[in-house]
Amino acid sequence: MNAPAAPHKLIKGATGDWEVVIGMEVHAQVTSNSKLFSGASTEFGGEPNSHVSLVDAAMPGMLPVINEECVRQAVRTGLGLNAKINLRSVFDRKNYFYPDSPQGYQISQYQSPIVGEGEVELELTGGRSVTVGIERLHLEQDAGKLLHDQSPTLSYVDLNRCGVALMEIVSKPDIRDAEQAKAYVTKLRSILRYLGTCDGDMEKGNLRADVNVSVRKPGGPLGTRCEIKNMNSVNFIGQAIEYEARRQIEIIEDGGTIDQETRLFDPNKGETRSMRSKEEAHDYRYFPDPDLLPLEFSQAFVDDLKAHLPELPDQKKSRFITGYGLSPYDASVLVAERESADFYETVLSGLGDRMRDGKLAANWVINELFGRLNKESRDIAASPVSAEQLSAIVDLIGEGTISGKIAKDLFEIVWQEGGDPRALVEARGMKQVTDLGAIEKVVDDIIAANPDKVTQAKAKPQLIGWFVGQVMKSSGGKANPQAVNDLLKSKLGI
Amino acid sequence: MTDLTSLTIAEARQGLANKAFTARELTDAHLKAMEAARLLNAYVLETPDRAREMARAADEAIAKGEGGPLAGIPLGIKDLFATRDIRTTACSRILGNFIPSYESTITSQLWRDGAVLLGKLNNDEFAMGSSNETSCFGPVANPWRRAGSNTDLVPGGSSGGSASAVAAMLCMGATATDTGGSIRQPAAFTATVGIKPTYGRCSRWGIVAFASSLDQAGPIARSVRDAAILMRSMAGHDPKDTTSADVPVPDYEAAIGKSVKGMRIGIPREYRLDGMPGEIEKLWSEGAEWLKAAGAELVEVSLPHTKYALPAYYIVAPAEASSNLARYDGVRYGLREPARNIIEMYEKTRAEGFGAEVRRRVMIGTYVLSAGYYDAYYLRAQKVRTLIKKDFEDCFAKGVHAILTPATPSAAFGIGEKGGADPVEMYLNDIFTVTVNMAGLPGIAVPAGRDAQDLPLGLQLIGRPFDEETLFSLGAIIEQAAGRFTPARWW
Repeated sequence: MNAPAAPHKLIKGATGDWEVVIGMEVHAQVTSNSKLFSGASTEFGGEPNSHVSLVDAAMPGMLPVINEECVRQAVRTGLGLNAKINLRSVFDRKNYFYPDSPQGYQISQYQSPIVGEGEVELELTGGRSVTVGIERLHLEQDAGKLLHDQSPTLSYVDLNRCGVALMEIVSKPDIRDAEQAKAYVTKLRSILRYLGTCDGDMEKGNLRADVNVSVRKPGGPLGTRCEIKNMNSVNFIGQAIEYEARRQIEIIEDGGTIDQETRLFDPNKGETRSMRSKEEAHDYRYFPDPDLLPLEFSQAFVDDLKAHLPELPDQKKSRFITGYGLSPYDASVLVAERESADFYETVLSGLGDRMRDGKLAANWVINELFGRLNKESRDIAASPVSAEQLSAIVDLIGEGTISGKIAKDLFEIVWQEGGDPRALVEARGMKQVTDLGAIEKVVDDIIAANPDKVTQAKAKPQLIGWFVGQVMKSSGGKANPQAVNDLLKSKLGI
Repeated sequence: MTDLTSLTIAEARQGLANKAFTARELTDAHLKAMEAARLLNAYVLETPDRAREMARAADEAIAKGEGGPLAGIPLGIKDLFATRDIRTTACSRILGNFIPSYESTITSQLWRDGAVLLGKLNNDEFAMGSSNETSCFGPVANPWRRAGSNTDLVPGGSSGGSASAVAAMLCMGATATDTGGSIRQPAAFTATVGIKPTYGRCSRWGIVAFASSLDQAGPIARSVRDAAILMRSMAGHDPKDTTSADVPVPDYEAAIGKSVKGMRIGIPREYRLDGMPGEIEKLWSEGAEWLKAAGAELVEVSLPHTKYALPAYYIVAPAEASSNLARYDGVRYGLREPARNIIEMYEKTRAEGFGAEVRRRVMIGTYVLSAGYYDAYYLRAQKVRTLIKKDFEDCFAKGVHAILTPATPSAAFGIGEKGGADPVEMYLNDIFTVTVNMAGLPGIAVPAGRDAQDLPLGLQLIGRPFDEETLFSLGAIIEQAAGRFTPARWW
């Protein structure tokens, strides 16, 4: 096994340290207007069975026809995962009976997936990073939904989601703890959203993960794994892994063995419980779907999609670091969501050339804006302060019109009341005092009133900060701090 | 006036154009014949109102000079083809009273060209059978009987209703489907012409699926020319079936009468079975001689993997069928047996809805795809299939234009005579035809003679991919040499 280079969390058991080995299968709903093999709409939330074609309902004699947009989306995703794109892949039938699967089989890809091996780079706290290998990505149909609460004796079925395209993204067992697992899903989601191939909406179930967990002694042979099905929250994934790893360690340390099985996570109790054992597993009788020819496309088709890929989080991050002088941490915070990065760049582009300070703008976006948005659980799209407004605020600081402290007051006013920041500064007299004469008078007064401090400051120049504070205080925060500093230095002779 | 039902499509087309009779008269003559022939059980649903309405429309179109190539030609449709607003059952209880809201591509092309729907024709349940005895509507009788006998014979299967109705003049032509011989074997049993086109030549959209990689629709008619006329309307690329081929449709009729001089006709030595009846052997040699007399060259060829074709077919076809038939689960349409839970509902519905032969094949198919058996059965059968295909490719690469074989190992047999104890006895009917489906090639069955009991026998010609035209040219020569055969009416 190629263990990841980054240090990871080991779990202490009675018999020593244990290492957790995690692999994930993420199901991501493909963003497309119509389903994988039919022209029916993929819109969410329609009346039950209102987006169902004859093909979706598996009427006699109906045949699937591949939706080329879904193929393009899968290839784009593969490219975004730095993966091998297979120019020839095969659709197979996965046979099982269930009312949410009208055909009696799911069309999926078994031995020849559309995308092969790739990798995802994860940033962890403390500047660590780890690479998680991608085993494969394949296209398959989603199932319909059973409704058990409509009648005391019958179940109803809604086929709106049936046949919608999913990408199943299978990782290699390279993940070593809950933190990495959470970072993996978060990063994958971010890449998919950048690509526009999946909206990543976990609440709607548009992104969900099956998590395979096993434990072993560090560097030892792989243990038996359990699969935790259908996780649709990053936090639950973390909790489920923590619980499951400890459960397995306890069993092994008590002399037991792990049964390979499928488990479900109960978020209320914070524990996993058995769903079905290996013996109860279905025999899906996979075989190539004779209704569909192998899926083939040219390298030129792939190259064209590659040429039109948007900038991805990793690329954007390095550009932010080198181009705007941001710290890696600030850069990752900004690129996590495409919308945030776009917002930041809009703020930046609104600044006058002289003022284009990447770091200052980043501080304002991350600390002031995101801080405030988080506090009110608001999305960046619903921010009361627009990128243009924030840009104007930063500009005002940069050109010395207002001080940083005043800027925070200004931000608050814009947040609450809206308006043009520049006009607000004018109207409310928030302008910084840059009239040297006026500042000099204040400086002189303070020096005259504090002869002992002056003596001390000459010996200990850091004390200048105390003088600056005094000047700012008596100017109501409006004095230009740089001018104050310069004046004090010359007057105090330090 | 001569009996309008005895005309060929080519003759009727002429008569309609000359205003010798109307489409309505032609249709009425057939509706009357159908009514008088219910004993044969060829139709499972007669649609006289629809037929008269379509005939009236055809007459109008003809009067305006806008009649399509099949304007006013009354046809029967195998009950495997979905017909909009008209019950379609695949002759299975599990579809019950299923009425599609859609029309199969092939039938919509026939109606586009002006054809008239007389009704839906009987077939083996889900096209699984070689005698039309597995239909939930009961067996079909062959209009042919052994000399001096009153025993009802099978018309072959699975397109037994199509073959019987065409032979008995209950329609001018019929649609049929062929997964392992289901067009050619019944055609041979009833002295009709049946062609299974190249896989992908006709759309499968709207045809109840049996085995998707083998199923192909084609016509059954009373002459080679009629089959060619129908083929032209049925064939063509369909974007709704991705296995259908985007290849232009030629004027098949133009191939009839074309010289076959210099064509090389392969006679495959592996088709000379041990214990083959002398009359089949004789028929085969006679056919070869007719083609030789027309200027073709006979060459002995080898198709070494022929003997593996039938076993491999009975793995591939049931495997696909087991999956294709999974949709008949009682949830959305067709039969549903009441039960306490979903599993019990599936079990009861499918046990009640499927007949014995269908259940057998679903079980075989499920078995051969199961974990641990897949490699030994399904994967191996697919390898055999590749070898069978290669046998033909090698043969055609040596300059062979078409291959001549018997269509069936015997003439029609009595209802209930075969396969009761041993299903393989029935499966052997397709011994000469399954290879063609496995290789995806076109094959035509043409009446060529009679056996000692006066029953018709047919020869099969196998062509290169998408070269149905050569089969029509050669078939027409056999037809001309052998003459046409019409059953004496007893029903």
